[in-house]
Amino acid sequence: MTTLGLLAGPPYSAGPESYRDHVARLGARPAGNRALIDTLDRSGLVGRGGASFPVGIKWKSVQSRSRGDAVVIANGAEGEPLSRKDQTLMALRPHLVIDGALLAADAVRANRILLYVGEAHASSLAAMSRALAERPAADVRRLVLLPAPASYVAGEATAAVHFVNAGIATPTATPPRPYESGVDGKPTLVQNVESLAHAALIARNGDGWFRSLGRNEAAGTVLLTVSGAVAKPGVVEVPCGSTIDEVLALAGGVRGTARAVLLGGYFGGWISARQAGTILLDPKALPAAGGSLGCGIVSVLDEAADPLEVSARIMQHLANESAAQCGPCFFGLKSLSTATSRLAARRPDDGDLPHLHRWTAMVKGRGACRHPDGAVAFLQSALKVFESEFAAASGTRGRKAS
Amino acid sequence: MRELEMWIDRTKCDGHRLCAELFPERIELDDWGYPIIAPGPIPKALLPHAQRAVDSCPVLALALRRVEQKKPVKP
Amino acid sequence: MNNTILWYTTRGAGTVSLVLLSTVVVLGVLSSLRFESSSWPRFLTTGLHRNVALTTLVFLALHIVTAVVDPFTHLGWLAALVPFSSYYRTFWLGLGVIAFELLIAISVTSLARGLIGHSAWRAIHWLTYASWPVAVLHGFGTGTDTWSAWMLAIDLVCILAVAVAVSARLIARPPDPLAADRARFRERVTRKVTR
Repeated sequence: MTTLGLLAGPPYSAGPESYRDHVARLGARPAGNRALIDTLDRSGLVGRGGASFPVGIKWKSVQSRSRGDAVVIANGAEGEPLSRKDQTLMALRPHLVIDGALLAADAVRANRILLYVGEAHASSLAAMSRALAERPAADVRRLVLLPAPASYVAGEATAAVHFVNAGIATPTATPPRPYESGVDGKPTLVQNVESLAHAALIARNGDGWFRSLGRNEAAGTVLLTVSGAVAKPGVVEVPCGSTIDEVLALAGGVRGTARAVLLGGYFGGWISARQAGTILLDPKALPAAGGSLGCGIVSVLDEAADPLEVSARIMQHLANESAAQCGPCFFGLKSLSTATSRLAARRPDDGDLPHLHRWTAMVKGRGACRHPDGAVAFLQSALKVFESEFAAASGTRGRKAS
Repeated sequence: MRELEMWIDRTKCDGHRLCAELFPERIELDDWGYPIIAPGPIPKALLPHAQRAVDSCPVLALALRRVEQKKPVKP
Repeated sequence: MNNTILWYTTRGAGTVSLVLLSTVVVLGVLSSLRFESSSWPRFLTTGLHRNVALTTLVFLALHIVTAVVDPFTHLGWLAALVPFSSYYRTFWLGLGVIAFELLIAISVTSLARGLIGHSAWRAIHWLTYASWPVAVLHGFGTGTDTWSAWMLAIDLVCILAVAVAVSARLIARPPDPLAADRARFRERVTRKVTR
């Protein structure tokens, strides 16, 4: 499928690439040091976990605080239900991820590395476990494989740190942020596994190489999970700056007619089919245009599907996945979810639609982590893209107001 | 001159609502009984009320912190 | 100093302490139940709870000091500080010392709550449910006025008030609406992590 980037090399069907093949194909792991951080800065690599934060800056913020006692958490929890890319990457190229983690540990001066892999993802757990066994002892000395609880917020940075510290994957209030004080109070780098894998290649091939892989002034490649109304759903690797049409073509094209596209998953937002034709999938530039690639989900909604029903289901999932630590998140998302479900069933209470607008504004920014913010942003995108459907559903004569 | 703003640990807040009673100038309650804290530095004249609100929290969820110029702390 | 004045002060201050302590316990229960009405805000409960508790300590100090200083009782300072070390009604007085020391621990930790953190404070505060009955028993056992009508009436009102409050606490739904869901989620994401 792709000959450059993370998924270059053996095909999907070959399964996890062994250590021997990995070294034969790519060479030994280079040095991880300050120079690598500068290279990452120049490369334009941004995080692939959802926030799209520049990787070089992130490593620097840990390195500058480290006294040789920093910690690296390779985040492969992937709690987002629509996302498969991290699992797939770990199942096919575990040694790229491990290389990246070791490079990061060397560069930020960490003495511990935790591979935080979703406990429900059996093939990636098995591949990473076997990969660790193939490694020389010097590598494995500081590496620990740590299965992450299967929940949406378990992949949140402070939740990962809290899990290592106390065995409970719930987010904690900030400050302090993990790069200031994380595992055992030490500066901690929490980095998505795909980001680490890109770093492992950039360390070998340089920042110019990475930049050259992108299109339309974007840098590098990105893993996307394509799902919904497409012929061949699955994980693809594309140059950053590709169009959605190019991506959907890789997935065998749209089945039926596209009504809208969910970009970034539950933590992302809807864009209309028309808008989808105009944007470029660049994780770095998209936020400036008001969008977000998030964790790389491109999910197509067919014209025949009911956008309110799909949105309501997603809201319900997000509400159920609240850690129930913060009142505004737990009760806010619950209220938003039930109102959206009523609208989707075309049996709204009077005031349901105005409540959606009121409560999204009320909930935003008032949780300890960004979970409610993501849910609210998703719902707001639905309210915008499916405005006419919401209006029609709200005008339906249904149950009396409670 | 040190400017202070109110910070809340949302994971500790259980909605006791004492803060909103004691500092209504800057704290009001949302539709579920949890505090909405107006962002920004607290005027000197209101600081005693702010401190009283912080002290009244049964779960110690509130604190007064120095305003950081570069990274605003979300209430 | 007239001996009778000291003696009456000891008994009077002791009785007042008991009434105030019972009030403190009731207010504490009301606080944990998050009681409020249109004319009774939350901060009134917590403010009164704190102030009445401090007032209790004042009367308690008066009660103890006058008892020790009174030449009639032959109590030394040791008797007031070490439980069961007095010659006079050893057991019942000892209970009073225990109740007193529990209250000191509770008060000090409450004043230093910011330093010790919420969990530690909470653990020690549970001791209030021990100190109150111990104080009541001390009053029954050492009290000179125990069997007079007015003292029995005071005892009855105090015991009833606390009993009603505690019963309300026991049968009420948990006042924190997040408690059950938070606990359930925590259980979902808790694992044994080997460090």
